[in-house]
Amino acid sequence: MNGRAHVAERLQQTYDDVVITAPVTVEYVRYSNRSAHWFLALALRGLIEQAGVAKSEIDGLCVSSFQLVPDTAVGLTQHLGVSPRWLDHIPMGGACGVVGLRRAARAVQCGDAEMVACISGDKNQVDTFRNLLGSFSQYAQDAVYPYGSGGPNASFAFFTDYYMREYGVTREDFGKLCVAQRTNALANPNALFKKPLTLDEYLNARVIADPLHLFDCVMPCAGGEGFLVMRKQRAEALGLPYVNILSTIERHNAFPDDPIQMRAGWAMDVDDLYGRADKTPDDVDFLCSYDDYPVINVMQFEDLGFCAKGEAGDFIRANEFTWNGSFPLNPSGGQLSVGQAGAAGGYLGLVEAVRQLTDQPSGYQVPDAKVGLVSGFGMINYDRGLCTAAALLERAS
Amino acid sequence: MTNPLQPPKRKNPILRTRQPILPPWTRSRVGLGMTSAAARGRFELQQCDGCGAVQYPPREMCSDCLGTELTWTEMSGRGQLISETLLHHAHDLYFRERMPWRLGYVKLEEGPSVVAHLHGDVPAPPTAVNVIARLDRAGRGVLIAIPEQEVPNMADDRQLREMTCDPKFRKVLITDGKSETGQAMVREIARAGASLIWVGHTEPWKQPEGFAELADIPEVELIPLDVTESRNIQELGKALGGRVDILINTAQVHRTHGITDRYGTDVAKMEMEVNYMGLLRLAQNFAPAMMSRGADGQNSAVAWVNILSAFALANYPSHGTYSASQAAAMSLAQCLRAEFKPSAVRVLNVFPGPIDEPWNQMIPPPKIAPERLARDVVAALKDGVEDLYPGDVAQEMYSRFREDPKILEKELGDG
Repeated sequence: MNGRAHVAERLQQTYDDVVITAPVTVEYVRYSNRSAHWFLALALRGLIEQAGVAKSEIDGLCVSSFQLVPDTAVGLTQHLGVSPRWLDHIPMGGACGVVGLRRAARAVQCGDAEMVACISGDKNQVDTFRNLLGSFSQYAQDAVYPYGSGGPNASFAFFTDYYMREYGVTREDFGKLCVAQRTNALANPNALFKKPLTLDEYLNARVIADPLHLFDCVMPCAGGEGFLVMRKQRAEALGLPYVNILSTIERHNAFPDDPIQMRAGWAMDVDDLYGRADKTPDDVDFLCSYDDYPVINVMQFEDLGFCAKGEAGDFIRANEFTWNGSFPLNPSGGQLSVGQAGAAGGYLGLVEAVRQLTDQPSGYQVPDAKVGLVSGFGMINYDRGLCTAAALLERAS
Repeated sequence: MTNPLQPPKRKNPILRTRQPILPPWTRSRVGLGMTSAAARGRFELQQCDGCGAVQYPPREMCSDCLGTELTWTEMSGRGQLISETLLHHAHDLYFRERMPWRLGYVKLEEGPSVVAHLHGDVPAPPTAVNVIARLDRAGRGVLIAIPEQEVPNMADDRQLREMTCDPKFRKVLITDGKSETGQAMVREIARAGASLIWVGHTEPWKQPEGFAELADIPEVELIPLDVTESRNIQELGKALGGRVDILINTAQVHRTHGITDRYGTDVAKMEMEVNYMGLLRLAQNFAPAMMSRGADGQNSAVAWVNILSAFALANYPSHGTYSASQAAAMSLAQCLRAEFKPSAVRVLNVFPGPIDEPWNQMIPPPKIAPERLARDVVAALKDGVEDLYPGDVAQEMYSRFREDPKILEKELGDG
């Protein structure tokens, strides 16, 4: 079994002619006095403006946000003045983009809604992130935060330390990914990091949680993202460029008996992902990974089948990760160079993939991009990320 | 290797005294189970009654079989350090003041992996470690991974010392040095390396055996102290309150009466006056100054010890009024503990069974020797525990109390 799920017995329907369109990004800012509702409203407004539809034509709404509390998607409908016949709230952090897409696509396919707006957004004031940490989950409150209160830096430091010892991945390897993503970000006006990053700067940055240094750690910020899910015919009628959904996977709390997280749910479902799309990792033209820390990029290279477990170091040394390199990674710069706008971080890669496959890149365009792989990873509930998801998307011919 | 702790330098009076800050103390109710065990120095995790799986973090159901009967069970502490980090950045003020801070991720022999504070002498992973549970400065149970074998100056580790109340280089006030318990406590505290020991004494006409020799201990300073005299305690509080790091209240009156075997309230009043009101007077006059010094450097104010009695848990009728005074003192000590919480000063309540001294003449053995009691108290300070049941009688009494307080009441009532 190798920890992988059975493929044959769980045949999943394709998504027929359900497509993704209208990639929207609400400007990222380091700090803002505005609430999550504000960023979510701008995401929705961006969607209807881009699609040229009336707000009332949006009959499905899918929301992700950490900072919407005490509200949920329900309360948000009144803020936004919408009356959807289908509503979902996806509290899955870094996996919320792909999971939201899965829910929305099935709703459209089954006729529960015709046009679903998927939006995510979060605020960031100076103390927002700190306030989130202590109450992130019961396990975090009881068994993590009282230990140094390092937040995700400490959790990812454990993974990184383990990867370096066990698999011989070096700081230079991690640094190569961060530097490449920064190069990509320089063409993205929305990226919060505007200056090039050298490997020396990466290596000599101040220590945050050894072995993590400053540029290993994602920067919290405020912002929003969104996209629309509808049938192809509708997108064409609206004149909207769109992207086909080849296949998707999600998994929660995979491999609970692993002593430490060295693989995540993708490893269970990766055969499904490629099998249903009739693709292989070689067919993927770019990867929008979930990248709050470089170690998780490395885990995705392995778990999504680009190299074997433990061989990511060699894979990194053998490839170039800029937009025009041998393995284009996060062509917009990713969270590490754009910023992590809370739950919108779970949308960033998906929205960029839609842009890349419709020739509307945030910055650089990956040449000849036909198939993109988007991956999400979320919710360090205690000691590991619980949610994983991935989607293979294809340029409409 | 941990550097041995050095005697503190004289405090610079110009510098601001660092104010106490607590580490994050919010826990779920089920999460407090670990604190309950750590308060007695034990490392316990939940184990499923149905399938035996050990659970962590604390939860309401077994994640293997969904059984809901989970029993807090002592762990071996054996584990393997899988990975580590040295934090240089913290979101919480307490840790921010104490950077860098070493953390480890440990796979326990019993199954779960735990995030733990990591002792400085533990080598880099992978390596075997010993995991212990301690109370942190917020009085909440936390896990610490320490070296598998004892290493030199192990207790002096900066992070471990944050969790303990080691008397080494600390200034200690023992309120009554005349009783056998008091004398034993003075000698044991001196052995533990206290830098100064104030020893209270009253009734100068009484010179019990051994008391005169206490003055030969170089760290000892004898002071007249009578917990029934408000003015005396007030003055001592003013003079010493800001210097005491550990206060050990050994003052007790113990008589052997119930309700009907001795008419009147004079004896009961005397017991209450010393055992309960004495504690109240001490607390009102010493606690405020100690609270202000809860984070005053390496040798901060750190603990308040009450020598109570296991009969505080349930009344022993032949020592009935004494038991009642102990119950009152225990309740007051809980109040003191709650009021001390923001200051990070710990209250250690000690519940010995009958001590081997004259007022317990009629109680058959086993009785705890004062020397043993004193040793256990010092060990409890070094382990940072909050409730101590020293000796076999106290341990048994506590387990009977936990099992069913009503049965214990009936049994003690039978004499």
